[in-house]
Amino acid sequence: MTKANEIKRGVSLYSYQEEFFLRKMTLEDCIAVSARLGALGVESIAEQMMPGFPNLSDAFYDSWHGWMALYGTTPTCHDMFLDTKMYKGRLMTDDEMLASVVRDLKHANRLGCTVMRCIVSTPPHIMALAAPYAEQYNVRMGIEIHAPFNFDHDWIKAHLETFARVGSPYLGIIPDMGIFEKRFPRVRADRYVRQGAHPHIVQHICDVYARHAGTEGLVEAIKAMGANERDLAMAGDIAHMTYVEPRRLLDFAPLIVHIHGKFYEMLEDGTEYSIPYDEIVPVLRECGFNGYISSEYEGNRHIQDVFEVDSVEQVRRHQAMLARLLGEA
Amino acid sequence: MFDRYIICEHDFRNVVGDQGVVGFQLRTRLPYYRGLGLSMVQDITLVVDGQVIPRDSLSVTVHGNTYSMVAMETAYSDRWEFGEEAVLTARLPGGLAKGLHKVDLTHTLRISYLPFLSIGSDTKVLALAD
Repeated sequence: MTKANEIKRGVSLYSYQEEFFLRKMTLEDCIAVSARLGALGVESIAEQMMPGFPNLSDAFYDSWHGWMALYGTTPTCHDMFLDTKMYKGRLMTDDEMLASVVRDLKHANRLGCTVMRCIVSTPPHIMALAAPYAEQYNVRMGIEIHAPFNFDHDWIKAHLETFARVGSPYLGIIPDMGIFEKRFPRVRADRYVRQGAHPHIVQHICDVYARHAGTEGLVEAIKAMGANERDLAMAGDIAHMTYVEPRRLLDFAPLIVHIHGKFYEMLEDGTEYSIPYDEIVPVLRECGFNGYISSEYEGNRHIQDVFEVDSVEQVRRHQAMLARLLGEA
Repeated sequence: MFDRYIICEHDFRNVVGDQGVVGFQLRTRLPYYRGLGLSMVQDITLVVDGQVIPRDSLSVTVHGNTYSMVAMETAYSDRWEFGEEAVLTARLPGGLAKGLHKVDLTHTLRISYLPFLSIGSDTKVLALAD
């Protein structure tokens, strides 16, 4: 039964990375435009748009809260990274990893976020060790379920088992909608063609992918069609893509703390080319999810070689789609 | 990702020291979607007109802080910020001749969650500024 709709719309500022990178938009610009598009929940990546992190000044945090008040936005989620390879020749110790996670929890708390995205490589036992700190700072930690991982991978299962054992409400998951990649993204396929892949082989790979019946024999088949290095690279991409039946979300509903609304290409008709949001959003409602869906545009990297990127227009379309699917008037 | 933005087209110039021209420099950005701690910039390969510039003659300046490639390996508390134009300086007595030069630049990054090194390259023909 579909419950009352309490899902809220937000955006990850990751979406505007092209414009920020090129210094066409500032952090404040990103927040202001999000508010204008109705994406009132703001997810941020300190290491992307907050220079100086983790040594941010009190003045910075004051500015941040000033922007939230000015634009009527709410901080939702801080996206953390765990640089386990910071030291050449060795990995971080458990103590170093925990210290890094706690550092980010403190930052999330100062931003006013109640969720922190944990990069998928964060080990389960570090999540468990950090849980008391998450509670202390009132920030729920969500491990990101991101392709090539999905619910059925051992790494994710190890997280889910750890969460069940620890039993803390501060440990959960952030499914990235890129795990529901139903079709091969057109922007990626087109780029392979620009790079010299054969159009008929690209089409064949897209067709095989869309059947979700495995890729056994694909490489041999396209080699027989005369595949070049770009064709083979595209076929290799499939190994890093996943299509999960959206109803699988129901199995994990109580653990969902936040949603990454990943998208690559919003069409003019208000649909995403490769990810079936019209199937996904009703399932999230059925889950009783009442947090934020953050629009997360990731198409820029596939078109920036030849096209002007317009992240704001892409987010606008994604927000309009979410509003429609959430039944907003 | 962002490969086409690695080499900036402006401020490619010789560096003049007390003893005349001691090298050259250009501005460069990382091909990655966030800033990265300097110790994880595993390598920078600069090739000008087909000639590899030795690694030990390179230095990187981010927001006013200058590091040799060796010093960068243990720079744990400074970050090459997202989209930041760093200055890459190459020691080369006499510098480069006036005119156009083909520049190839490759950044090799140690990204913790990737099971492989992240490598981005850019090639541009740049005019040496006066």
